[in-house]
Amino acid sequence: MSAVGRLHSVQTMGTLDGPGVRFVAFLQGCPLRCCYCHNPDTWEAEAGESVTPEQLLERALRYRAYFGPEGGVTLSGGEPLMQAEFAREFFDLCRQNGLHTALDTSGCRLDRAAGELLAVTDLVLLDIKMTSEQQYRARTGGSLAESMGFLRRCEEQKIPVWIRHVVVPGLNDTGEDAQRLAGLLRGFRCIDRVEFLPFRKLCLEKYHRMEIPFPLENVPECTENRCRALQKQAGL
Amino acid sequence: MKWEQWEGFRGEDWQEHIDVRGFIQQNYTFYSGDESFLTGPTGRTAGLLKKLRALQEKEREKGGVLDVDVSTVSSLVSYAPGYLDKENELIVGLQTDAPLKRGVNPFGGIRMARGACEAYGYRLSDKIEQEFQYRTTHNDGVFRVYTDEMRAARKMGVITGLPDAYGRGRIIGDYRRVALYGVDRLIGEKRKDKARVGQGEMNTESIRLSEELYQQIAFLEKLKEMAMLYGVDISVPAGTAREAAQWLYFAYLGAIKEQNGAAMSLGRVSTFLDIYLERDMARGLLDEAGAQEIVDQLVMKLRMARHLRTPEYNELFGGDPMWITESVGGMGENGVPLVTKNSYRFLHTLYNLGAAPEPNLTVLWAAGLPEAWKRYCARVSIETDSIQYENDDLMRPVYGDDYAIACCVSAMKVGKQMQFFGARCNLPKLLLLALNGGYDTMTGMRLGPQMEPLAGETLCWDEVKARFDLYLEWLCHLYVNTMNVIHYMHDKYAYEKTQMALHDTEVERFMAFGVAGLSVLADSFSAVRYAAVRPVRDEEGHIVEFDTSGDFPTFGNDDDRVDGMAAAALEQVIGELRRTPTYRGAVHTLSALTITSNVVYGKKTASTPDGRRRGEPFAPGANPMHNREKNGALASLSSVAKLPYSACRDGISNTFSIVPEALGREPEERVKNLTSILDGYFASMAHHINVNVMNREKLVEAYEDPSKYPNLTIRVSGYAVNFHKLSKEQQREVISRTFHTAV
Repeated sequence: MSAVGRLHSVQTMGTLDGPGVRFVAFLQGCPLRCCYCHNPDTWEAEAGESVTPEQLLERALRYRAYFGPEGGVTLSGGEPLMQAEFAREFFDLCRQNGLHTALDTSGCRLDRAAGELLAVTDLVLLDIKMTSEQQYRARTGGSLAESMGFLRRCEEQKIPVWIRHVVVPGLNDTGEDAQRLAGLLRGFRCIDRVEFLPFRKLCLEKYHRMEIPFPLENVPECTENRCRALQKQAGL
Repeated sequence: MKWEQWEGFRGEDWQEHIDVRGFIQQNYTFYSGDESFLTGPTGRTAGLLKKLRALQEKEREKGGVLDVDVSTVSSLVSYAPGYLDKENELIVGLQTDAPLKRGVNPFGGIRMARGACEAYGYRLSDKIEQEFQYRTTHNDGVFRVYTDEMRAARKMGVITGLPDAYGRGRIIGDYRRVALYGVDRLIGEKRKDKARVGQGEMNTESIRLSEELYQQIAFLEKLKEMAMLYGVDISVPAGTAREAAQWLYFAYLGAIKEQNGAAMSLGRVSTFLDIYLERDMARGLLDEAGAQEIVDQLVMKLRMARHLRTPEYNELFGGDPMWITESVGGMGENGVPLVTKNSYRFLHTLYNLGAAPEPNLTVLWAAGLPEAWKRYCARVSIETDSIQYENDDLMRPVYGDDYAIACCVSAMKVGKQMQFFGARCNLPKLLLLALNGGYDTMTGMRLGPQMEPLAGETLCWDEVKARFDLYLEWLCHLYVNTMNVIHYMHDKYAYEKTQMALHDTEVERFMAFGVAGLSVLADSFSAVRYAAVRPVRDEEGHIVEFDTSGDFPTFGNDDDRVDGMAAAALEQVIGELRRTPTYRGAVHTLSALTITSNVVYGKKTASTPDGRRRGEPFAPGANPMHNREKNGALASLSSVAKLPYSACRDGISNTFSIVPEALGREPEERVKNLTSILDGYFASMAHHINVNVMNREKLVEAYEDPSKYPNLTIRVSGYAVNFHKLSKEQQREVISRTFHTAV
């Protein structure tokens, strides 16, 4: 009996969430409430379309010819760890079919189900959202310690990790912020890549449509150049 | 006869018979390396380019036409030789006696020639007017025979873009033959053919062919004469790479002096020329810079080709295109890629001479092509938006390994097959005509089987489909008959003597029909089938609008329910067309390609059940309708890939626009990802794709301030254009299309 997942949507041509060309499935449900969240429509755990791992696999396989030598599937969200069993079954099937699996997560949960999911994950895209426990709490409602714990688990299980970090002007865009992140990541051999992503407001329309306030409505967007400069400065 | 010009070439068969393919197969050098060997333009090329750019600037300032010779009828030897800069031109020859000056070609129709002159403030000379008073043009012939129904279908716009007033084009002479064999040998072969035809029974077929051969021979003689005006003797084979490029360019030049066909494609010359370049380099006659210089200068000449067109023509085929399509790459039947260093050099002209729409560089993609070449193509696409891709793995089994693309997507064996270009019919308009029982609400005209408009509060799928089937059957019969009239008359009054002289005498013919508005039709079918479509009627009961409620799947989302409807429509159209025999036994083919005519077709079509408003443009070619895609770009590609090439042998065009960021974060990733996407798309048996990698904002800026990006080149349905040569309406349509973005 397979777990039934709640699916928000798919992007058949993902090129930003892991290597190569990827089928990205966005799952419903997220325990965090990040102030810059792009997908408020994925917060609700019960919303979306129900789908079995087999059905989702079938949809992904339609695009296999496009994946090239590096591409594959990515589970994003929402927070895929909230549907860890479904995600594990899906990844398991993907692996049986030779598809590379990537998990886009905040690392907010590290129970047995999450551990089993990691066992069938080829790459973790770990979003380290804020660099101090206090700020993490304040801006996301979650805990930095949990994310770091998740990173340590990846290190133990030797799962490659790409660290992602959204840079928000006025919030975490100073040299010190970047340095602090560099400090957190020091010594981890599992980290293949660090991506600083600029805060964007393309999601504004979604918030308006859902009639919920966007906490960063008046914060300016960040630029790709600013991100690159910060990243360089921090030696990441 | 053994020529010293052939020294160092391998093989015998191609010497005994006209066999350019055989020559290529036995002599070309496959190159699997990367682009690092390429060089920049030479000083001579740069100097010429500067002059050409100044002239192009003047041409733009003058509203698109620099000058017109209104008193000479364009032909092979009717103009004195012209030069851009005689001292520095490695490849010579112009259409008229001065660069960018346009000639008039009234053989297709005197009205068109007259109108085109007037549109740009010129007047066709009395001399030509008088001369053509006593001549029958192609256009005259066609209108002598057109039935009332054909005229009405044309006027209403259910069949449009018919080549009944200008050259039909879409014929590719094997211009390489002139370089390899010299003209005298070709004349000798044609004389033998003519004698052989004369020995058989003389009937309509053979008498016509015999007269055509007479004309072919006469024009081969003129071709030699034309080259001699430039001091070049092309009666014998070319002896060097520069000569080979010059000989084949002369052959092409002869063709475009004689004919103003809509699409005058070049064929597949880069790997052929590579053989000469390699030989010259081995002999120490050329270095890489010299090789690139020859290619750059040949391409520069092609970029100077022009025809004089009317504004109405530009509405259909925006951007002043010539479709000098050159097919690059592909695989041999033996599994060895046909990629050579010269394939790279041709694409590299987009850097040495700047991005530009012509020649229409078409990469024949195959899974087995070298990775380095695939990556290079992807890089050029991302950086120039100037190339298109077609599926060699799909076409090679049908056309062998020496075919080329005419116009945008029409494949044919070079020198062995030709086509009768057949414009296109408007499928959504046909659907509306069917629903209204043979009444067109846009023009108030009646046409086709006459009956009551379809009754009922809500449209019923079975009834709609039955009506459509009935009207499609009627239209296809009319459509084939109309094409038969056009091509009979074109052969009779505007026969392509130069180009057909560069074909085998026993040539295979296609008649290439087309459809426009495929995605609108499929989505309209889907709306009727899966949602509730309530017709809104005028006082007389004619359906003028639709009130559609409920969800329905749309083409472009990889949903088999509607994708299957699009595929079935193509099968149905070609099936119906095949029921009416064609002129000269041509093989019926079909394309889903609109050029820029999707705008004008949309303008002529009332609201459709899919929610498209009256007058709104269709999607181009086989593209999904704008902004109806919900699952991202691969789902969209996958929908198009399902359209069956077997039903649509004249090509299935897809134009794909994507913002650079959606291809990946780093430039190298974008190249890799685009390569994967192309591999996947073609492995899915798709036929064609245009790739534009750019931001919509850039187009909006260019739309508002044309001086900002004067050379902005974009791919539209099957070809590339300078954005500013499109009408404002066409520009708006391009901007409104779906740009695939990152989530």
